[in-house]
Amino acid sequence: MTVTEATLPRRLISTPVAGPLAALLLACLFFGLNTGQFFTGPNFSLIIQQVMVVGTLAIGQTLIILTAGIDLANGAIMAFGGIVMTKLAVDSGLPALLAIAAGLAVCAGFGLVNGLLVTRISLPPFIVTLGMLNVVFALTHIYSAEQTVTNLPAPLTFLGQTFRLGQTNVTYGSLLTILLFLLFAYLLGSTAWGRHVYALGNSPEVARLTGIRTRRLTVGVYTLAGFVYGIAALLLVSRTGVGDPQAGQTDNLDSITAVVLGGTSLFGGRGMVLGTLVGALIVGVFRNGLQLMGVPSIYQTLITGILVILAVAVDQLSRRRNR
Amino acid sequence: MTSPQTPVLQARGLVKRYGHVTALDGADFDLWPGEVLAVIGDNGAGKTSLIKALTGALQPDAGEIRLDGEPVRFRDPLDARRHGIETVYQDLAVAASLDIATNMFLGRELRKPGVLGRVFRLLDKKRMREESARHMAELKIGLRSLTQPVESLSGGQRQGVAVARAVAWATHVVVMDEPTAALGVKESGQVLDMIRRVRDRGTPVVLISHNMPHVFEIADRIHVQRLGRRVAELSPGEHGMAEVVAIMTGALQVSEGKAVVADQGAARAIGLS
Repeated sequence: MTVTEATLPRRLISTPVAGPLAALLLACLFFGLNTGQFFTGPNFSLIIQQVMVVGTLAIGQTLIILTAGIDLANGAIMAFGGIVMTKLAVDSGLPALLAIAAGLAVCAGFGLVNGLLVTRISLPPFIVTLGMLNVVFALTHIYSAEQTVTNLPAPLTFLGQTFRLGQTNVTYGSLLTILLFLLFAYLLGSTAWGRHVYALGNSPEVARLTGIRTRRLTVGVYTLAGFVYGIAALLLVSRTGVGDPQAGQTDNLDSITAVVLGGTSLFGGRGMVLGTLVGALIVGVFRNGLQLMGVPSIYQTLITGILVILAVAVDQLSRRRNR
Repeated sequence: MTSPQTPVLQARGLVKRYGHVTALDGADFDLWPGEVLAVIGDNGAGKTSLIKALTGALQPDAGEIRLDGEPVRFRDPLDARRHGIETVYQDLAVAASLDIATNMFLGRELRKPGVLGRVFRLLDKKRMREESARHMAELKIGLRSLTQPVESLSGGQRQGVAVARAVAWATHVVVMDEPTAALGVKESGQVLDMIRRVRDRGTPVVLISHNMPHVFEIADRIHVQRLGRRVAELSPGEHGMAEVVAIMTGALQVSEGKAVVADQGAARAIGLS
């Protein structure tokens, strides 16, 4: 009987983030060699700003995908949260912090409803969130009366403000996004709750039989994801400076793209939230780099699509080899 | 079997109906300290229902369960586990992508002492690995690393992890549902060895199995379930395999410890008459 610890290099190679990270570094190297402006502080700050909203949405998406679910409604929930925050603060004259709290609560509430529908009525997450996508999209347009909300009070745009880091201006929102990723990496990797999320995604029945309260856990995950979408709403509002009912319409799929590129399995139970950060950055780096090289934006979308298929194909092939 | 002790786990007159179907029809059950008890029965005999009732996975409509002589009622599997009854479920034993130590402690994680554990809920992975290693060593399960995901293990090793976890937490009883069903010859042998070691440590084992050679190799006693009841308690030393199968299928009946032919045709068909 020998029990040995896997050595650090081996663990680095075997971690599911290794592949995406290598892809990200290669992409950075490629764009760095091909464009002069790529490797600059301001450019990196820009990339992070561009990915922070989808990245934050993708944190919630990661949680749900780890439980073998999927969330098609997260972009819509975020848009609604943004409208709630801005309308309450601007039109209803609520104190801005209270309006933000209300927006966060509403987003968490939609997550709770999703979680209850998934667990209590045993509906597939795909169907629940597809329905919720339409419901929330409609609510957003009804509540906002198709109007963009402007003239936001300071607390709503605070996260869009910058502080100086050396020569570079960094937004508080970027910092918050990074901190959120680290927080969830800790929760998923180093707490019992995180282990239970993985176990649930592996097999709900195994998790239940080991004494994990799987329903409560699932509802908690959806609710927490909803709350994170609320934070994404605040990031979105502070980045654009308006409450926009048209916002976030493709962000649900973009967040799934980030999760998949980050090496998380859509079948649940496998993956890491830091991989999602890497996945979001891959999309951001490609868009940014191609733009710097003068490639039209529609080709950026084309390449993102190819990347997703490539990433999943590589993942599948490597897994087949391991068997 | 006569013993001055009380049974570790005992049931009297368990009944479970699902609509018109009677899964348990007054089933009795006795598990004595330090024994391996095999539970056998044809499909639909009520084996699974019996085991589920004993491990809290279903609530019997009538009847009584006693643990160490005390009446108990298990609300759910978790409740049974709290009473020291651990079950290794067929195919449902481990979370595939998690490592061995995590699986060993799933649902019972250890946290770091002090503020780190209390406030930040930080897991004590090192201690969980060490204790897992100790448990695995006790059952002589050889593994390269406790940090490898369970899905990278062979079927036998995986079953080993499940058994080790059950044994680590079981203070009263370990129940194993078809632990060798999916395994090859060599791996089955390893699991049977493990079951022996569990018994030798003093924890009684309930083994549900279809595999008669395995049952005869390892069981101290055999509980035969048929038509929702216990129809016999046999000792493998006193009854042959064909005879036990005949009792299981109803070709023979047991009265006052003697096997009696109940169904001439069936008995002759399997070479007993």
